[in-house]
Parts: sequence; C-alpha cells; structure tokens
Amino acid sequence: MPDKPDRNAIEVVNVSKIFGSGEGQVAALDKVSVSIRENEFFTLLGPSGCGKTTLLRLIAGFDFPTAGEILLYGQDIAPLPPFKRPVNTVFQSYALFPHMTVADNIGFGLEMLGKPKAEIKARVAEMLKLVKMEALAGRRTAQISGGQQQRVALARALAPQPKVLLLDEPLSALDYKLRKEMQIELKRLQHETGITFIFVTHDQEEALTMSDRIAVMSSGKILQVGSPWDIYDKPADRFVADFIGETNFLTAAISGVANGRARATLKSGAAIEATVADGFQPKDNATVVVRPEHAKLTKDKGDLAGTVDNIVYFGTDTHIHVHLDSGETFTVRQQNSRSAGCGFERGDKVGILIGNDAAQVLRD
Amino acid sequence: MASNFSIKHQPGFTAIAATCFVVLYLPIIVLVIYAFNAATSTSEWGGFSLKWFQSAYQNTQVIDATLRSFQIGAIAAVLSTIFATMAALATTRTNSYPGLTFKYAAINQPLMVPEIVTAVALLIFFSRVKIFTGYSGLGYLIAAHTAFCIPFAYLPIRARLENMDLTLERAAADLYATPWKTFRRITLPLLWPGILAGLMLAFVISLDDVVITEFVKSGGQDTLPTYMLGQIRRGITPEINAISTAFLLLSVAIVTLFFFVSRKRD
Repeated sequence: MPDKPDRNAIEVVNVSKIFGSGEGQVAALDKVSVSIRENEFFTLLGPSGCGKTTLLRLIAGFDFPTAGEILLYGQDIAPLPPFKRPVNTVFQSYALFPHMTVADNIGFGLEMLGKPKAEIKARVAEMLKLVKMEALAGRRTAQISGGQQQRVALARALAPQPKVLLLDEPLSALDYKLRKEMQIELKRLQHETGITFIFVTHDQEEALTMSDRIAVMSSGKILQVGSPWDIYDKPADRFVADFIGETNFLTAAISGVANGRARATLKSGAAIEATVADGFQPKDNATVVVRPEHAKLTKDKGDLAGTVDNIVYFGTDTHIHVHLDSGETFTVRQQNSRSAGCGFERGDKVGILIGNDAAQVLRD
Repeated sequence: MASNFSIKHQPGFTAIAATCFVVLYLPIIVLVIYAFNAATSTSEWGGFSLKWFQSAYQNTQVIDATLRSFQIGAIAAVLSTIFATMAALATTRTNSYPGLTFKYAAINQPLMVPEIVTAVALLIFFSRVKIFTGYSGLGYLIAAHTAFCIPFAYLPIRARLENMDLTLERAAADLYATPWKTFRRITLPLLWPGILAGLMLAFVISLDDVVITEFVKSGGQDTLPTYMLGQIRRGITPEINAISTAFLLLSVAIVTLFFFVSRKRD
C-alpha cells in the first residue's frame, strides 16, 4: 500500500451526548475528542456502558451529539441524517434484510445511491468474491449460517465504498474458532480495501490483535489512545492497566523524572528503572505496574521478597502468586517446559526480579 | 408436584369443557343440518334437500343484501386498513411521549364504547348531515364501518411492527435509503402479512355487523345480517338457515386464510 501523508478521516471534537433530562441525566459521552487516521484500523475498547457504541452511533448518524463536532475529512457531519453520510455500518445483529437475497442485500446501498444496474451487478460480484460468498448469491439470508451472514453484512457495508466503515461488535455472536478466523479476515479486508475501519469491542484480546490503534474508554471518556503495544506496555492509568491483560500494582516513591523515565523506590527498598505515563504529576506515592511475564522469580534475593501463595498451571505457562513481605500481592508468569516443573512450591521464600524495562508509572 | 400440574386433571374440567363446546357448537350444528331440510319447518325434519339454498339464491333481496354487504365490507376494509397502517406506524415508530397512551385509547375506542351508543350517536349525527347535504347513499354505512373496523385492522399490524427488528430500518438508512425508500423497500414488504391479516379481519367484522348498520342504514340499504334480522321477525324458514350456512362457510374460509397469512411470518 502506498504511503500516504497522515490525514485524519474522522475527527471527534469535544463531543458530549447526554441522555435524559433533569435529575435522570446521564452523560454517555463527556467531552470526547479523538482523531482517526485515514486507512487505520481503529478500535474503541471498553466495558459495556462506557460510551463506545454511543460514539459509533453518533458517527453513523443514528443519534446526534448534545454538543461538539464530528468531522469527516474536515466537514462537520454531526447534523446529517445517516443516509447522507458516506459511512457504512456492520451491525452486531448483522441486520440483513430477510426478504432479499444475499446479492440484493449487498447491492442495496448502491441501488439507493442510484448507480446504474450494470455497475451494481459488477460491484456485487466483486464483493461476493471478496468475502468468498459467490456460491450463495441467490440464497435468502435466513438460509445461511451465522458466519456467512457476517460476511454478507461486511460485503453489504463495503459495497458502496464508504469513506469509513463502522463495526459494532460484529464478532460477538460467533463461536471462538469462527471469531478467530473472522479477525484475520477483517484485517485482510481492511488491508485490501484501504478503507478506514472503526471497530467497537469489549474484548481486549480482539482489540490487541487487530488494531493499528486503540482508544480505551470508560464512563463516557477516552482514557488512552495508542498502539496495542502502547496500551499494553505503557498503560496511562489504573483502569487501562487493569482492563487490558493481567498486571501487578505496586506502590512506589518516584524520583528523578526526566525524558519519560524515572526511578521508582518500592516498599521493599529496592529502586528500579521505570517509564512514566504522560500526564504524570509528581507525588509521594505513585502506582507502578509490572506485567506478570516481565518479572522473574528467584530463590535468591530480588527486588521484592515474599512467600509463594499459590501455583496455577495454564498449559503454556504457570502463574505463581506471591504474598509480598510488604503486604501486597504479586503474580509472576513463567513459561512452562515439558521436562521440568516450575521449580517452586507453596510456602517457598522467594525473590522477584524486575527488569530495567518492565515497570510503568501510572498517572493516577 | 408443581411441575406436574395440569389443568386437564382438575376435577370438573372435562364437564365444563364439554358444556362450553356443546353450548357453542350444538346450535350451529343444528342450524346447518336444518338448512338441508326438505320441510318448511326449522324444527321438524322432512328429508334432505338443497331447495332452501336454491330459493335463497333466487331471492333477489338476498342477493342484493349480500352484494351490498360485500361492497361496504370491501371498501370499509381497505379504508380502515390504510388508516390502521398509518396509525400503527405513528404509534410504534416513535419514542414514547406523554399522550401516547391516550392515542392508543382513542384508536381502540370502538372496542370499548358499547356499540349501541356509537350506533345512536351516528344515527343522530348522520341525520343532521343528511338534511344539510341531501345525500343519502351508502357513504354513511361505509364511513361508520370504516370507523369501527380500524381497531381490528390496527391490532395485527401493530403486533407485526412491534416484532420487527428496528435495526433493519436503521441499516437501510445507513445504506443511503431516504425515509420514504426505507418504508417502501424494507418496512412495507415486511409488514405486508400484518396488513393482509388486518384487511381480512376488518372485512369479516364489517360483514358481521348488525347494530350500527341497523341504525345508520336508510331504506333499501339492508346488508345481509340486517336482512336476515328482518326476515326472522316475520317467522323463520330454512332459507335463513341456508343463508347462515353459506355465511358461516365464507367466514371460516376467511378466518382460515387469515390464520395462514399471519402464520407465514418467517
């Protein structure tokens, strides 16, 4: 794909959405701003009720913001009805038209745009090929499987070549294996069509594996925007660190903050190197996070000291829960091998080594 | 024990059920049997004959009244279904607001107000209109039938709309369909079985009406039910049984059709 200068496909500027009035007012979105780049696979990630679907609905035009602007390539689309926006949606329930064939479903958008019949036919054939559904073009949508319906829903939304494709938890109804397949399929489609994808999910694993960038949302706000790597390894605050993967929280005194790095003095007295989240304000006791796989357990003295509390076998790895002498708890994840056990037992006195590039200081 | 509870095994169930069936169906069965009576009596059997069907068929008053019933029923059914469809759309495709319950009540008013009250009110109202306009055609009956058929047409249409996935209309709008196109291409085709069911129900209700028709009709505007009522006053012959039997078959046919149309949901 040719390199393009970074252009923003969508800019959400100070958007608020308030439902209800008076006492019962609920802010589903609270002054949210975010930019989504052209050709990007962008994911809105958060638990249910965090406002991610509301934001998607505002971009699609099914609802209108209480305040703020939504720019599509610089033009404010917030007041436009959905049928005037060059943006298409893949619905969670697929919402295929039950009284039409697969081909008619896919051609519907083009037909509504008033395209000539020959062009619609060609484009529908192209879309059927793209999602590998040529054989079922004449079927009713009730006569195909869930995974096939999913492909038709994708083809239908992609057929009019939208400037942005919105996907509202489209994989949630599929079983595990099919979901994995569709994740790869979606990445392929995004790459082949070069369309900007905005994907909504509550599944952090899905977000990490598919996205170019992720926005983590909670209670109507965007907490952090970044690459999957950023979000996982450099979480900005407690919610993000806790929501994505598993992590250990430690209290530490921070000193020498410079160039996004600092020294963190843990309760055990050991001082470790750490990266610092943007927006960190110097304070006495900050929170430091360390991922379980970025720490090592040793029988010697480490940065932390404690007692093994529990050992949980997971197949690929083992989780060892340690009760620290400081009163905190810490989990270490250790890769398994076939020949040897994990080397530790309940009640062992152990040390924990934290690497130089393992710790991140949160902003809150 | 509770999971094994069955109403069928309660004492007296069979007796009550049997009584209900007898009271409901025995008179109808007797009526149908005597439609084929060769004698002139509706209580003494004189052998099998189709002569009363033949006599009803040759009775121009019966044929006139039947055709009038069909005419009024057809027009009233179509009009009331159109109004009911619009009302159903307006009451389901909107957020709930104060006054919506009142609108439901207003639409369903003919189901709740005693028919005789509506009949007397229409009689008084139409007699004024007749004096002002000088018009005394079938229009009054059609207007009255349309009005009381609306709630019957409204019910199946509204049920169908409420079961429809709203996301489908949203998806159409997302795919560049204007509200009118969305209605034409998505809502209406999916609503069609509900509309047909409403249409048939309204037609049957109109065919069957006596009270309002009796009050509103002018001279020479008998429908089949009011003609039959008039005949019975003069004494019953098996001709009435024959007409009733034909009427029954027609109703059963329409209701059966209604059943199949409304069952063809998926």
